[in-house]
Amino acid sequence: MDEELALLPRLLTAHLGLTLFPLLAGTMLSVPLGVLSSRSRRVEHLVLNVGAVIQTVPSLALLALMVPVLGAIGATSIGYLPAFVALTLYSVLPVLRNTVTALSGIDRTLIEAARGVGMSPRERLIHVELPLAMPMIVAGIRTAAVWTVGAATLATPVGADSLGNYIFSGLQTRNATAVLVGCAGCAALALSLDGLGRMLLAGVTSRSRGITFTAAAAFATLYLYAGASLAVRAGAGQRDTITIGAKTFTEQYVLSEVLARRIERASGLDCEVKQSLGSSVVFDALRDGTIDAYVDYSGTLWTTVMKRTDAPVDRAGIVRQMSAFLRQHDGITVVASLGFENSYALAMRRARAEQLGVQSISDLSPVAGELSIGGDYEFFARPEWKRISEAYSLQFRAQTAMDSSLMYQAIEHGAVDVLSAFSTDGRIVALDLVVLDDDRQVIPPYDAVILVSQALARRHPHAVDALRGLSGRIDASRMRNMNRQVDIDGRSPRSVADEFLDGLAPGRGRSDRLR
Amino acid sequence: MIEARELTKSFGSIRAVEGVSFDVSAGELLALVGGSGSGKTTVLRMVNRLVEPDHGSVRIAGEYAQRRDEHVLRRTIGYVLQGAGLFPHMTVEENIGITPKLLRWNEELIARRVCELMRLLELDTALATRLPSQLSGGQQQRVGVARALAARPSILLLDEPFGALDPLTRDRLQQSFKQLRTELRMTAVLVTHDMMEAFLLADRIGVLEAGRLVQISTPREILMHPASDYVERLMDTPRRQAKVFDELMGGVSGG
Repeated sequence: MDEELALLPRLLTAHLGLTLFPLLAGTMLSVPLGVLSSRSRRVEHLVLNVGAVIQTVPSLALLALMVPVLGAIGATSIGYLPAFVALTLYSVLPVLRNTVTALSGIDRTLIEAARGVGMSPRERLIHVELPLAMPMIVAGIRTAAVWTVGAATLATPVGADSLGNYIFSGLQTRNATAVLVGCAGCAALALSLDGLGRMLLAGVTSRSRGITFTAAAAFATLYLYAGASLAVRAGAGQRDTITIGAKTFTEQYVLSEVLARRIERASGLDCEVKQSLGSSVVFDALRDGTIDAYVDYSGTLWTTVMKRTDAPVDRAGIVRQMSAFLRQHDGITVVASLGFENSYALAMRRARAEQLGVQSISDLSPVAGELSIGGDYEFFARPEWKRISEAYSLQFRAQTAMDSSLMYQAIEHGAVDVLSAFSTDGRIVALDLVVLDDDRQVIPPYDAVILVSQALARRHPHAVDALRGLSGRIDASRMRNMNRQVDIDGRSPRSVADEFLDGLAPGRGRSDRLR
Repeated sequence: MIEARELTKSFGSIRAVEGVSFDVSAGELLALVGGSGSGKTTVLRMVNRLVEPDHGSVRIAGEYAQRRDEHVLRRTIGYVLQGAGLFPHMTVEENIGITPKLLRWNEELIARRVCELMRLLELDTALATRLPSQLSGGQQQRVGVARALAARPSILLLDEPFGALDPLTRDRLQQSFKQLRTELRMTAVLVTHDMMEAFLLADRIGVLEAGRLVQISTPREILMHPASDYVERLMDTPRRQAKVFDELMGGVSGG
């Protein structure tokens, strides 16, 4: 709990910045658009339809889409900017719709009166239409504020810190406290902003200077505070901090801490960990230098970055080819193989496997028609699954994609018979699962490798040397054990990483060549 | 003061006003009467260009209305709407002072003018900071008239100004308006469907039927020599009312 609370001021501030500025930009965009729409039917239809389409894009996808979109126009595609753009778009619709509805709902007699007393269209807008529409516009802004607080949690995978850090990592590492802290933080923030909005509106409509001033001052303070902390963080980015990335699962959290602490211990440089990045986001972030290093897996890079569909032959060969490819195409250096593989594996509960007499994937094919399989969102869409199911001609009765943090519960309770697990997952041992033998060798090797950016290699060769020292230091059982300490024993990735580094005797490299 | 020539206006395929011409001289009040849909309100609204005529022209003090900026033109013409049309988010004084404010009078001058008008329209000055929703219907309509007069317009246009009021209030307001107009010597055009109101307030009456001006004359002339059956029928109601009243009074004095 203390560890979670220690992060709260920083993440809450970051979340505030992710809410307030998109909200301001969204309002400044949608009120003029709403005014334009109220002047022309054609514009109204166009604008409202575009707004509605944006709203139907799931917020997670909208945020993730910003990364390639911004990348394509050459802007910073990771971190605050994509989140800011997506959340701004997301906050447009409620404000826009309320503005249009409020303006078109104004009594015709009053428009007539405004023209009759000699107002120009602009004066009519300022003195009559906007003041009369204001309560409804503010209601739209309050709706948008609550939505944005919620949607900002999804900024974590595109590399912007938010209260979503708690939720993403908490769900992955089964840390309910972290999830609760994240949710409570969001709820408190949403309620406070909404309350302040209501107070401001009440002050303005009742013409109470005191209330209006208090609420406006509170907003101004929040904006100044959030703006200042954004500026400070931007300044910190200029300073020499090394950023380590992590994808959204436990092993990545542990390894990112291992990398960060290793560099800190060896060089005294400041390291920061950016957790819970989307798996394509993290690679793009490394390429454009937003992060400096992270751990990826050879088989993943082979299929998703190198776009190879042929099965690679051996572990060493794939790492060699991949290193050359990444250096040449992306300026990325592969500094070390950690010494273990985390490959896709099909797993079953021991009792069920023994009952069916299944030991290898080949044994599965005659009985697959009776069984159901579960996997994470990615798995069934990946080329590896296509290759496995074709090579072993697997036709399951049912196939269910679910969140990777839930699929172990699903097999534990018998909701699925077979699981697409990760071979180093601590829960394989904890739940007494058996990994089925890939007897035809169709699953490619997934060596864990440390990738570093061009910038880091140039700026801090010393730090790169420190990472190279991790080569071959983590074998599969050690990795599984560390994962288990987080997932099952509830320890923090950081403390597990520290313990590992403490126990690392200098100079005793050992390569674990096979599982 | 006002010269309207051959005003014609269609809304879609419906011809609302056709070839309407009339003059209003300085200090005169012209009442436009006629049934619903006769085009009287459209004629009125073409005077301050709330409606643009398809054909025809309006000259005010010799100058073509179409040649002036429409909102600038309207600041020189007072306009009173049916049901007052007060801005609900502005206080009484802000409502009255709006046109002077648009004309960028200084605040002190506006305050003095508002005060003056409230007295003139027999409005308690304590109402100045109230919102329209806190006033009675009669008070609202007085504020509406005060607002129209605020910038010392040369012309006043009134669209069924007393139509939404109860009979007693309407009568009181009509009386004070009659007095006010005599004092200020305002040129005015009044639209009403109430013949009695037209007889009471107007120097001349224009009768509209299906978009055409069928007769324009003094109240007495119209009463004595209606130009058509339609005009005759418009007189029926007030005549019948007067007759009933006379009979009742006769009965009383005869008893």
